[in-house]
Amino acid sequence: MSDPGSRIEDLVALMARLPGLGPRSARRAVLHLIRRRGTLMAPLAQALAEVAAHTRDCSICGNIAEADTCDLCRNPARATGEICVVEDVSDLWAMERGGAFRGRYHVLGGTLSALDAVGPDELGIPRLVARVADEGIREVIVALNATVEGQTTAHYIAEALAPTGVTVTGLAQGVPIGGELDYLDDGTIQAALRARRSLQG
Amino acid sequence: MDWQDEGSVLSMRRHGETSAILEVLTRDHGRHAGVVRGGASRRQAAHLQPGTRLALSWRARLDDHLGVFTVEPARARAGILSDPGALMALNSVCALVRFALPERDPHPVLFAVTETLLDLLAAGDAGWPRAYLCWERDFLQEMGFGLDLSACAVTGTAEGLVHVSPRTGRAVSAAGAGVWADRLLPLPPCLRAEEAAAPPADILAGLATTGHFLERHLAPELVGKPLPAARARLVAGLSARVAGGGAK
Repeated sequence: MSDPGSRIEDLVALMARLPGLGPRSARRAVLHLIRRRGTLMAPLAQALAEVAAHTRDCSICGNIAEADTCDLCRNPARATGEICVVEDVSDLWAMERGGAFRGRYHVLGGTLSALDAVGPDELGIPRLVARVADEGIREVIVALNATVEGQTTAHYIAEALAPTGVTVTGLAQGVPIGGELDYLDDGTIQAALRARRSLQG
Repeated sequence: MDWQDEGSVLSMRRHGETSAILEVLTRDHGRHAGVVRGGASRRQAAHLQPGTRLALSWRARLDDHLGVFTVEPARARAGILSDPGALMALNSVCALVRFALPERDPHPVLFAVTETLLDLLAAGDAGWPRAYLCWERDFLQEMGFGLDLSACAVTGTAEGLVHVSPRTGRAVSAAGAGVWADRLLPLPPCLRAEEAAAPPADILAGLATTGHFLERHLAPELVGKPLPAARARLVAGLSARVAGGGAK
C-alpha cells in the first residue's frame, strides 16, 4: 500500500498543472479540499468523474457535448441560417455570454500556425464547407482573434467558402466599450479609423 | 550583457501563463529571441504581433542566455491584417527568416529590405508582389545562394537574358540557351531590374525561379528540412488571383 503522503503529493502535482495554479497555490487548494473532505472534496471528485465519463466533442460543431451532438446543434430555434466560426470552445462561451448571436457555431480547435505546423487539414475547415451546403447556411460569421494567425485563418476560410456562394463576414475591429483613445495601441486606432461609420442615421 | 536595438517581430509564443518568447529580426543583432515578461497580457498582445516594429532592450546575465526583452512599440503595421495577400506575404517572410537565418548573426541588408517590404505591405501598396519577389532574391543573396543575373553564363552578353541556370543560378541569354532552353528556369525582367514592369505572370515566373533555389538548394543544404508551408500558400494565393483575374 502506498504512503498517503505520496497520494497527496500526486494530487498536488496534478492540481499544479491547472491554469492559474502553481505548486504553492495547488498545495493550498489541496489542503482546503482535505479539510472539507465530505462537503467539497467528495462531491467535486464525483462531478469530475461524471464530466470525464460523459463529455465529448459535438460531432457537428466541435463544442463540448454530453451526447453525440451539443444542445446548440439540437435546438431548432438555432437554425437561423447563420454559423459563427470560433477558434476554441472558450470563444464560443464568450459569444454565448454576450447573448447577441442566436445561430449555430463551428469550433475550429485552433488556427493556421507556421510555428506549430498547423495547416488547413488539421482544422475542421472541410467539415465547415460541408455544413454550409448541408444546413442551407446563408451567412458565415468568422469570429477569430485579431492576430496574424487568426486573420490568416479567417482569410483562408473565406477563400475555402467562396465556391459555395455563402456570405462570409468578420467581426469589426475598433474601440472597445469603455475604451479611451489615449490608451489604445496604434493598430487598433488604425483599424477603428478604417471601419468608421456615419453618425447621421 | 545588454543592448538596445530596433527590430520587427517574427513570432511570439506564450511562455508559462504570463510571459512570451519573442523572436525578432533586428538591425545589429540579426534574428534574436528573448523572454518578454507579461508578454501574454492583453495590454502587450497588440505590440507583439508578427510584423510590428519594436524598440528593444535586451538583457541577460551571460551572452548565451535567452535573456529578457523590454519592448516599446515603434511602428504598428496593423494594415496588413485586413489584406489577405499582404498577410500571406508577411507569414512567408517571417517563416523563411525563422527557417534559414542563423540566430544572432547580423544581416543589416536583409533587415533593411525586410523593413521596406513590411512597410509596403502595411501601406496596402499594390506593388507588394514584386517587392516580395525582390525580397526573396535578396534573401537568397544574404543566405549565400545569390543569383548572378548580370551577364550570360554562356556568351557573356548582358542583353537578352531570359533564363537562369537551375544549377549555378547564373543568367543565360536566349542565344546562349540553345537546345537547353526547356531545362532552364525563367528570368522575368522584374527579377533583374527594380524598375521593370511586373505583370502578375512574370511575378509568378520569378517566384518559380527563386522557389527552385529556396527548395532545391537553400533548404536541403542549409537546414535539411522542407520549406515552410507559408511560402507555398502565398504562391498558391497569387496563382489563384492570376487565374481569377484579380491580381494587382
